[in-house]
Amino acid sequence: MRVRLRLFANAKDLAGFDDRTVELSDDARAAEVLEYLSRSNPEFLEWRKSLRVAVNRRYVSDDYVLKENDEVAVIPPVSGG
Amino acid sequence: MVALTLNPIDMSSVVSKLTTPETGGIDVFIGTTRNHSDGRQVDLLEYEAFEPMALELLEDLERRARKQWPLHRVAIIHRIGKVPIGEASVVIGVSASHRREAFEACRFLIDTLKKEVPIWKREHFADGTVEWSGSKTITMNHEP
Repeated sequence: MRVRLRLFANAKDLAGFDDRTVELSDDARAAEVLEYLSRSNPEFLEWRKSLRVAVNRRYVSDDYVLKENDEVAVIPPVSGG
Repeated sequence: MVALTLNPIDMSSVVSKLTTPETGGIDVFIGTTRNHSDGRQVDLLEYEAFEPMALELLEDLERRARKQWPLHRVAIIHRIGKVPIGEASVVIGVSASHRREAFEACRFLIDTLKKEVPIWKREHFADGTVEWSGSKTITMNHEP
């Protein structure tokens, strides 16, 4: 399936892009986007525990089941305020 | 009322919007950009947000605060883009009949904003380096 992958802050800098349509397996769960990013940049593996995933602008758990055309955002530790 | 803005936050206009005839107290928290971080000199801060999600979460924060405390008005305004040192990066204002709920709600709002809302700070150091705040401790606890 295809999903829209959005990256922010240092996740964007590390991956070198911020908005891209990516192809995942048809039964992909949220964690799969982190595996997708880790394949091209293993530093994402080290970060895994501090990265959160949001689908269609809501935080989800790693095992959340994705659907075609979901907007999947990788959210590094936030630092607003 | 929640907002993200590229412009300086006009404090007096925020406070005037919080006042209602029933109001007995207004609590305002102002987060300002400081010129140091871990002992290093900072020249400028820059904020990035995942804007639609940040706005939805800020609205949700307001709803959660209103469920917990009897509030009159709520304002949460966060700046994005470049913010010079010494300016307000975030302003949270709460009005209520009594000070206790205004203080408590204001504290809840800023504490939860810092943990949940997808906004990131980038520090421009005097030595020319630029770093996302917290990027060095990224594998550890991500409390700001």
